[in-house]
Amino acid sequence: MIRAAVVFLAAVCALPAGAQDAKKEIERYQRMVSEGSPVELFEIGGEELWKKPAGPRNVSLEKCDLGLGPGVLKGAYARLPRYFADTDRVMDLETRLVHCMTTLQGRSLQDATRRVFGNEDRPSELEYLSAYIAAQSRGVKMAPGTRHPKEQAALELGRALFFHRAGPWDFSCASCHGEPDRRIRMQELPVLYEPRYARAVVATWPAYRVSNSQLKTMQWRLNDCYRQMRMPEPTFGSEATVALNLFLAATGQGEPYRGPGTKR
Amino acid sequence: MAAGPMKMRASVNGGVTDIRVLMTHPMETGQRKDQDGKLVPMHFIQNVTVKLNGKTVVESQISQGVSRNPVFSFRVKGGARGDKVEVSWVDNQGESNRTETAIA
Repeated sequence: MIRAAVVFLAAVCALPAGAQDAKKEIERYQRMVSEGSPVELFEIGGEELWKKPAGPRNVSLEKCDLGLGPGVLKGAYARLPRYFADTDRVMDLETRLVHCMTTLQGRSLQDATRRVFGNEDRPSELEYLSAYIAAQSRGVKMAPGTRHPKEQAALELGRALFFHRAGPWDFSCASCHGEPDRRIRMQELPVLYEPRYARAVVATWPAYRVSNSQLKTMQWRLNDCYRQMRMPEPTFGSEATVALNLFLAATGQGEPYRGPGTKR
Repeated sequence: MAAGPMKMRASVNGGVTDIRVLMTHPMETGQRKDQDGKLVPMHFIQNVTVKLNGKTVVESQISQGVSRNPVFSFRVKGGARGDKVEVSWVDNQGESNRTETAIA
């Protein structure tokens, strides 16, 4: 009888234990990786760029208004994406930075968006700046704009895009990020329309990716998701990408920001 | 070109000083090929020196590129709060950089 019970217990425990071990090992690996993260180097580089005069007007970005007033960085990232009255549209961090480069520094849109995604040898200025600015929101609760009618419209558009299946594989974001306990290799796939999963994600982007030796922005993340879905490349800073970004940020709101994070 | 920013933290605990230093460096192994298929030449940090109040406490040689933007950590006996820690490196192409901080 006792033996039977032991065998039964062992059988019950065997399967979940394996999955648990794998999860624990992945967590251990992620912890080790984040302890040696070079993300701070990007923060330092971003601060230099923020304060460096550039463009035809030869001014720095220090007067850039990220939503809390010109030059206010503390907590600004945690409030993005949000509606900006001066442009009458919802903008995320990168979109707003490009706006500041064109308005403050007098650079052309073409010049400001020439290299929106960098590579490991030469990161993009938006990647440096994103790391620096996001870091100034550490500890601040994520609270993107969700009240203005345009913010609500963007939120609805983002939600619709998240579930919209299209492309040669008939994929939507929800195809990968719609079910719990799924992963691709070492990477867990969070269910991004559920707050308890989304919170950890929005609190750690932008992030340094160890496998690429690069800091990656949220615009890059969305762009690459569309590439993986075999969809046409979305336009940088477009209404669609900002809406999707707002949908994710709003789903994960309330979480204290603890990035820029480190990903596998 | 290689000499980007460095970031260091040093803290003393139970008579042992923990030093963690982050360095900007491509750390090329010499095995990687660029977009044109040509080998990227070896380029790595070769010597790292740690000084505590001006006295050399660690002198290390590295034989190859270990990781882009590496983190090194050292544990050194002695040291007190406010002591000056200085870390410098020289790479195989002669470039160098240094940083210093006070032990917290």
